[in-house]
Amino acid sequence: MSKHDKTMKTPEFQGVEGAPILDIRNLRVVYQTDLETVEAVNGIDLTIERGKTFGLVGETGAGKTTTALSVLRLLPANTGRILSGEILFNGKNVLELDETLMQAIRGNLVSMVFQDPMSALNPVYTVGEQIAEAIRLHNPDLTKEQVEDRVDEMLKLVGIMPSRKTEYPHQFSGGMKQRVVIAMALCCEPELLIADEPTTALDVTIQAQVLAMIRELRDRLGTSMLMITHDLGIVAQTCDAVGVMYAGEIVESGTAEDIFLAEKHHPYTVGLFDSIPNLSSRTSRLKPIPGLMPDPTDLPKGCVFAERCASCMEICRQEHPGVYTEGTHKICCHLFAAPSEKEGGAK
Amino acid sequence: MYKFVIKRILFLIPTILGVTLIIYAVMNITPGNPGQAILGTGVSQEDIDAYNEKLGYNDPFLQKYVRYVKNMIFDQDFGISYVTKQDAFTEILPRYLITLKLAFLGVFLSAIIGIPLGIKAAVEQYKLWDTIPSIIAFLLAAVPAFVLGLVMLFVFCGWLNVLPSYGIGSFKHYIMPALAIAIPPAAQNFRFTKSSMLESIRQDYVRTARAKGVPEKQVIWKHVLKNALLPVITQVGLSLGTLICGAVVAEEMFSIPGVGSLIVERINYKDEPVIIAGTILIAICFTLVMLIVDVAYAYVDPRIRAKYTKSRK
Repeated sequence: MSKHDKTMKTPEFQGVEGAPILDIRNLRVVYQTDLETVEAVNGIDLTIERGKTFGLVGETGAGKTTTALSVLRLLPANTGRILSGEILFNGKNVLELDETLMQAIRGNLVSMVFQDPMSALNPVYTVGEQIAEAIRLHNPDLTKEQVEDRVDEMLKLVGIMPSRKTEYPHQFSGGMKQRVVIAMALCCEPELLIADEPTTALDVTIQAQVLAMIRELRDRLGTSMLMITHDLGIVAQTCDAVGVMYAGEIVESGTAEDIFLAEKHHPYTVGLFDSIPNLSSRTSRLKPIPGLMPDPTDLPKGCVFAERCASCMEICRQEHPGVYTEGTHKICCHLFAAPSEKEGGAK
Repeated sequence: MYKFVIKRILFLIPTILGVTLIIYAVMNITPGNPGQAILGTGVSQEDIDAYNEKLGYNDPFLQKYVRYVKNMIFDQDFGISYVTKQDAFTEILPRYLITLKLAFLGVFLSAIIGIPLGIKAAVEQYKLWDTIPSIIAFLLAAVPAFVLGLVMLFVFCGWLNVLPSYGIGSFKHYIMPALAIAIPPAAQNFRFTKSSMLESIRQDYVRTARAKGVPEKQVIWKHVLKNALLPVITQVGLSLGTLICGAVVAEEMFSIPGVGSLIVERINYKDEPVIIAGTILIAICFTLVMLIVDVAYAYVDPRIRAKYTKSRK
């Protein structure tokens, strides 16, 4: 059950120490129907270093989940299309792998925790069976008893009494279900955990518990993580690096310090921070970002945020902004673009 | 679990009593009386009245009903046929069994034709295995059983001459009528299974299963199918009703001595005991099938099972 065994089984995915575990390059994803084409992800670049946590922040519909599903190649088969780009997991492009290899990766090397625990578990199987399924699939040599022991161990790890493994999902509360989903995701000790808004569907007290648990398990197992959220508080607590996503583009990225402490920011990031209630200052109202996200079937030609931007200029509506880089901090905005326009530019 | 089954069986008693009450009441308020029906027209009014009195026809309704149910339960006595002067139950039973055989054969056929094709169509949505059966099902669901029966008679008897066109004796006799009544519900089962599967495939837990690395085949067989089959079970159970109605038509068309054709024939003579007995027997069969459906449902779905069993210690 150790990491060593796993890389023996899938030697081609052996990671190199120091190399990033996940490297997404210029990924473009669309949802295509007969009527329209939704441009969900538009050429994003994203790198997760081994053992680190990358936070992907943005409002609903920004393309965060689509990005995550692309990594596991689980986009809806009828509509989802990856147009271009590379997703390098331990240096291998997962977009070029055949389905059998993908199945060996899913749940084993890369696993995912979903947003809504209420519907993420199959109602007709016991939770123990659902965890055991993943263990059996990726460790066919284990005996029945070993699998059951592992299930007990996982349940204990997420704070559920092992005796409850014979119960069905409907007998669990939302928070408990999310714990089960997390146990399922971690049971094969994946190298990369994708957590897609793991606490959004839970109430606040449970959110804190689950989040603390994810952090603890991540540190204990040394898992790298892609944390998808719209909550900057969660980002501050868990992430080493951050990407701010808007209308399918990463408009600002950098280390957590870059995002939380640096002076220069993309106007959208500023807006996100302004819409968080602040206890220390005496404001009577929050400052939400006015307007809505652009229609993903008809994206504007210039900057995608131009419509809602307070500091929108003439050029913003005409030209797509280039990338302004300052160390690890990257901002995709005309306000700063001038100094390093030549090296950047959205590819 | 067995507690649930027993509860459900006990619940059958009021259901069946209710059915008998309705049937008995409806037959009672229709005009005509047994004396007239049995003795015929060439008899004096006094004789008829005397005969009715002897049968207890002039007793209050409830008294008659209770007596009827008592006889039915304790002696399997459903009265004497007005037409043949025979015991209604013994007259019906052999024909009833033929109808049941036909109807259950129809249920079976409609399930094994409709459900697998529905699964295949859902898994291969928008491909050949989906579009062609879908179009055929769309057409067949709209064609009544008797039209299919006539077409089959024309093809298999008139044209190819491979199957017998009437009566019931060997297995061969069952093929055409069973197919004729099974095809419309098979088309319905197909459409129902397909839509139920498609709904299930889109559920989050299916994505979770895929994210665990479960191979696609196993995703369908283990995670999608068990959930998708729940409503299909009900649909198959309910289709028995359609099939019994269809059986009546098929019996007429293929000259099969079933209970449906018997009831239809006796309605002309207002042969109350036979009509009531036949209807009650069909209703009992239907409620029993619904019992099986409910138990199967609880067996497959732990959420329903949980309503009847205590699981928390």
